[in-house]
Amino acid sequence: QARRKANPGPYDTDEPWTSYEDITTYNNFYEFGTGKRDPSRNAHRLRTRPWTIRVEGLCHRPGTYELEDFIKPYTLEERVYRFRCVEGWSMVIPWLGFPLAEVIRRAEPTSQAKFVEFTTLYDPEQMPGQKVPILDWPYVEGLRLDEAMHPLTILAVGLYGKMLPNQNGAPIRLVVPWKYGFKSIKSIVRIRFVEKQPITTWMKAAPHEYGFYSNVNPNVDHPRWSQKTERRIGEFRKRKTLLFNGYADQVAHLYEGMDLRKYF
Amino acid sequence: MRKLWPWLDALVWLGIAAPLLYLSWGLWMDRLGANPIQEITHQTGRWTLRFLLVTLALTPLRRLTGWNGWIRWRRRLGLAAFFYASLHLLLYLWLDQFFDWSEIGRDVLQRRFLTVGLLAYALMLPLAVTSTAGWIRRLGGRRWRRLHRLVYLIAALGVLHYWWAVKFDWRPPLAYGVVLVILLLLRLRWPFAPQTSSRTSRPLARIASERPPDRRS
Repeated sequence: QARRKANPGPYDTDEPWTSYEDITTYNNFYEFGTGKRDPSRNAHRLRTRPWTIRVEGLCHRPGTYELEDFIKPYTLEERVYRFRCVEGWSMVIPWLGFPLAEVIRRAEPTSQAKFVEFTTLYDPEQMPGQKVPILDWPYVEGLRLDEAMHPLTILAVGLYGKMLPNQNGAPIRLVVPWKYGFKSIKSIVRIRFVEKQPITTWMKAAPHEYGFYSNVNPNVDHPRWSQKTERRIGEFRKRKTLLFNGYADQVAHLYEGMDLRKYF
Repeated sequence: MRKLWPWLDALVWLGIAAPLLYLSWGLWMDRLGANPIQEITHQTGRWTLRFLLVTLALTPLRRLTGWNGWIRWRRRLGLAAFFYASLHLLLYLWLDQFFDWSEIGRDVLQRRFLTVGLLAYALMLPLAVTSTAGWIRRLGGRRWRRLHRLVYLIAALGVLHYWWAVKFDWRPPLAYGVVLVILLLLRLRWPFAPQTSSRTSRPLARIASERPPDRRS
């Protein structure tokens, strides 16, 4: 019997959780190999302590933090989110984390800062997938500042009430539930405030397939996959994909007046 | 040698059945990961290509070894490729699209990897149908062989289908492509090849002379 959250908060879905086994053995984390099982087999090479995070760029209070010091000021909370991969599968994941907005407020971005750019660790010894030039390493992602400040956007350090397993992006990762999974960058070492829209890794790799926004949208087809439906891991029938992954009420206002086909 | 035939035949049959047995076992035992439907779809696709390449390897093997026996399994292995391709397609139509034909039509026209995949399958159909002794007789060896040269195009389309289907890791489809190119290059006239008895294909003649089983008694 799948678990659910007893008292869902305003940001939680009350849908049954995907099993811990599936969440931790079915991963896209090319730094550890391109097969779905590769990350769970290879990610033990990653050393997550000590871990340093740099906050830099257009902000008044940049800094370099040890992971523990970085996390200390914030209260961890459980967030049960839908997670939709661009490949047409989805999960329900109970994350443990804190709002990115709190980190941003603490850093005090300047008025010039319009975007936040995130970078994954680059170390081919620990991340053997980086020895293969299939992507331009290290992995880079980005959000518009208002997206980053949205209360749904969190930095996660755990799932199922436990520490984040390496294959899921330990020790700290982004979770943006209304965007395709690849936006939720893993194993972050740098958070940078910038004026110009960052060029993300997938935009660089295939600009026609991956845009900056990458919002879950059943009406905008990906050249490789129809995005109208998805298979929830553990289910047989496919289900209809929801606009903004079902978070339209909370986030649609961020994109008012924007042509979502153009800004995909 | 004659005593070995039944054993070699059994081995080939086992090789053909093994992927199906493995996938059935994996499904039953829940050993195919979190997304078994996708896993089976991908695996049947890869096995289609593998059987196609093995089928295409038989003629070069015959040339390199000077032994005609290889050709004995060509039809069987070609039909194995067709069998796995059929499963692959059925899984897409059923478990990916749930027979939503308008969506399937749109999908196939819009996505080039599906277009070439379906084209490759359509081209396999006449080859599967005419694989019987009766059809070899009816068409005559020359026409039959010309028709079955389509297999080169089918294999190339199959690799292209795989190439366009992968998200970004082009290494596996590249490997299949390289093997295919090597197998095609080996078909060019090869000055040092041991002479096979003649250009007219003996095995084909043998298949064509087979009588349907009901008339054999």
